[in-house]
Amino acid sequence: MIEVKNLKRNFQDGEREVTVLKGIDLRVETGEFVAIMGRSGAGKSTLMYQMSLLDEPTSGEIYIDEKNVHDMGAEAKTKFRLEKLGYVFQDYALIPDLTAIENVAVPLLMTGMSKKSAYKIATEALVKVDLGDHLHQLQSQLSGGEQQRASIARAIAHKPNILFADEPTANLDNESSRVIMDIFLTLHQAGQTIVMVTHEEPYGKLAQKIIRIDDGQITKIEEN
Amino acid sequence: MFSFINYRLGLFLAIRQVRRASLWTNALIIVVMTLTFLNLVVVSGILVGLIQGAVDAVKVEYTSDIFISTLKGENYIENSPDVISILDKDSRIEAFSPRYLQSARLEADYKLQHEDKENKNAISASVAGINPIAEDNVSGISDILIEGSYLEPGDYDQVLLGSYLTKQYFPIESSVFNTLDNVSAGTKIRMTINGNVREVIVKGITKSKVDETNMRVYMNDTQLRTLIGRDDYNVNEIAIKLKPGINPDNFRDSLVAQGIGQVARVQTFVDAEPKFIKDMITTFSILGNIFSSLGLIVAAITIFIVIFINAITRRKFIGILKGIGISGRAIELSYIFQSVFYAIIGSALGLAIVYGGLVPYLDAHPINFPFSDGILVAPIMSSLLRLSLLVVSTIIAGYLPARMIVRKNTLDSILGRN
Repeated sequence: MIEVKNLKRNFQDGEREVTVLKGIDLRVETGEFVAIMGRSGAGKSTLMYQMSLLDEPTSGEIYIDEKNVHDMGAEAKTKFRLEKLGYVFQDYALIPDLTAIENVAVPLLMTGMSKKSAYKIATEALVKVDLGDHLHQLQSQLSGGEQQRASIARAIAHKPNILFADEPTANLDNESSRVIMDIFLTLHQAGQTIVMVTHEEPYGKLAQKIIRIDDGQITKIEEN
Repeated sequence: MFSFINYRLGLFLAIRQVRRASLWTNALIIVVMTLTFLNLVVVSGILVGLIQGAVDAVKVEYTSDIFISTLKGENYIENSPDVISILDKDSRIEAFSPRYLQSARLEADYKLQHEDKENKNAISASVAGINPIAEDNVSGISDILIEGSYLEPGDYDQVLLGSYLTKQYFPIESSVFNTLDNVSAGTKIRMTINGNVREVIVKGITKSKVDETNMRVYMNDTQLRTLIGRDDYNVNEIAIKLKPGINPDNFRDSLVAQGIGQVARVQTFVDAEPKFIKDMITTFSILGNIFSSLGLIVAAITIFIVIFINAITRRKFIGILKGIGISGRAIELSYIFQSVFYAIIGSALGLAIVYGGLVPYLDAHPINFPFSDGILVAPIMSSLLRLSLLVVSTIIAGYLPARMIVRKNTLDSILGRN
C-alpha cells in the first residue's frame, strides 16, 4: 500500500522556481493496478519518481506499507528499492554488458542470493515473459519488445511489493505494447501492485484505477 | 558497506564489463599500463644499470673483489713478499695480481726531434709492472685489447698502452692532459723511468671503461722492477679475485686480522669505488626515484582518465543500477576491480618484457656508455614493489572517478540530467 500526503516537488529553472507537484494526496491499495495519466509536463512521471524513491520530494510524506520513507537515508532507500520495489523504465534500461539472464540476476545477487539460485530465479522470470530462448543474449541482440520484457523480468524476479512502470509502451509498436500490457494484467491478476505512468489512453484503461493529473494536481480519479 | 556481497557483485560486474568491452579498448588500456610499468622499472633500472656497469667495470678491470694498496704517505706495501705469501696459502682466492707502479715519461717521434729541443709528442704516465698471466687471470686485461696482442711472460721491452694515452683513441686537445700522437701497435716509443731510458715497442693498446686502466702503461713486472731498482719485491697494489661465494667483507676482515692492515690498505671493491661513482650512485638513485614518482603520477592520471571516461559514458547505467537497488559501493568496486585488472595484466606483460627480454638482452648487449657497459638493473623485489605501488595508485585512480559518478543523484543519472 502507498499513501501520499500533500506531496510537493519544486525544481529550479535558472533563477525561477517551478512547482511541478502542487500538493498531491493519493492512496494505492495493495494489489491495485493504477495508471497515472496526463499530458506531457503534467507531472505524472515526477509523481512516480517520488513514490518510487528515485527522487526527493520538496515536502510532503510518503508511506509505503505504512513505513514513512521520507526520513530514510540514501543507502536505506537503495536497500528498500532492492527489497520492496520493482522498476520498468521507458527505455528498457538494461545494462548493455550483461546478458538477459545476468541483467535479471544482478538485483538478486545484491540480496545475497547465491549465483546458482539467482540464475534459476532469473530464468523463471524470463520464461514467464516468454524470453526463455533469449537468456544469454545481450541487450543489443534483443528487439525493443524483448528488451522491455527482460526489463519486466528484472523488475519482478525478486517479487517486489510494488511494481512501478514509467511509460512502458512508449517506445514499442502496437504488437509489442499489447504483449507488455498482457504481462502486466497477468501480474495484476496474480496480486501484484502496479503503478504505471502512461499517456496512452487504451493502455491506461486496462488498469483498475486511473489517476489523472494536470499541472501538478490530481484532477480526477477513475475506477475501471 | 564493504561487505562480501558488494565485493562479489563488484567483481561480477567488472568481469563482464571487461570481457564485453571492445577488444581494441582493452588492448589499448593494457598497452598503456604496460608502458607505464616499463617506464617505472626501465628508466630507473637503466640509470642504476649505468652506474652498476661502471661499478662492475671497476671491479672486473681494476680492483677485483679485494684491493690492497699502499698506506697514505708510503711508497709501496711494506713486506709485500710476506703479504703475497699469506695470499698464496689462502684457498678462498681464485687469483691475485701484485702490481708495481712507477711514473714514467713516454716519448713518440723522438727520432725526428732535435736533441736540444723539447719533444712535444711526450707525456707522463703511470707504468704498472705486472705478471701478465696473473693479471689476466684477475682482470681479463687481454680481453680489452683493441690493437696488437697481449704481453707474454718473456716479453722484453714491450708495453701495452692504455687508450687514453694515445691521440688516436682519445683525441683531446688540452693544455693539461696530453696524449701521444702517431702511436699504434708496433710503434717504438722512448720510456724514461728514474733516469733510466729505454726504447720499448707498443705491443698492444687496451681500452677499458675504467679511467685508471686507460691511463696506464703495462709491462712485465720483472723489467719494471729492474728499471726502478725494487729489489725488495715490495709492490704498490694487489688485486685479488675471490672464488665464487666468498664474502668480500669477511675476507677483507680476515686479512686485516692477519696484520696486513698494518702495512697496507685493505678494501673490498665497494670500499675502493671511486668517490665520483659513489656520488653518482646517490644522485642517480634520487633521479630514479623522481622518475618513478613521475611515472606513478602519470599512471594514476592515465587510469583516472580511462575510468572517468568509462564511468561518465556509463553514467545512465550506473543510475539504473542504483535505481534497481545495487549499492554504490558495489558499483565503485566494479570500477576498482577493472582498474586493478588493467594494472595487473599491464604489469604482468611489463614483467615478461623486462625479465624475458630486456634484462637478458642488455646483459648480452650492454649499452655502450663511455665509462660503463650499461645494463638494466631490475631486482625482482624492487619490480614487485613498483608493481604494488602501481596497483595501489590504480586503485585510488580508479576509485575516485567512480565515486564521483556514483555519488551523483540517481534520477539525474538515469535521465541524463546535469
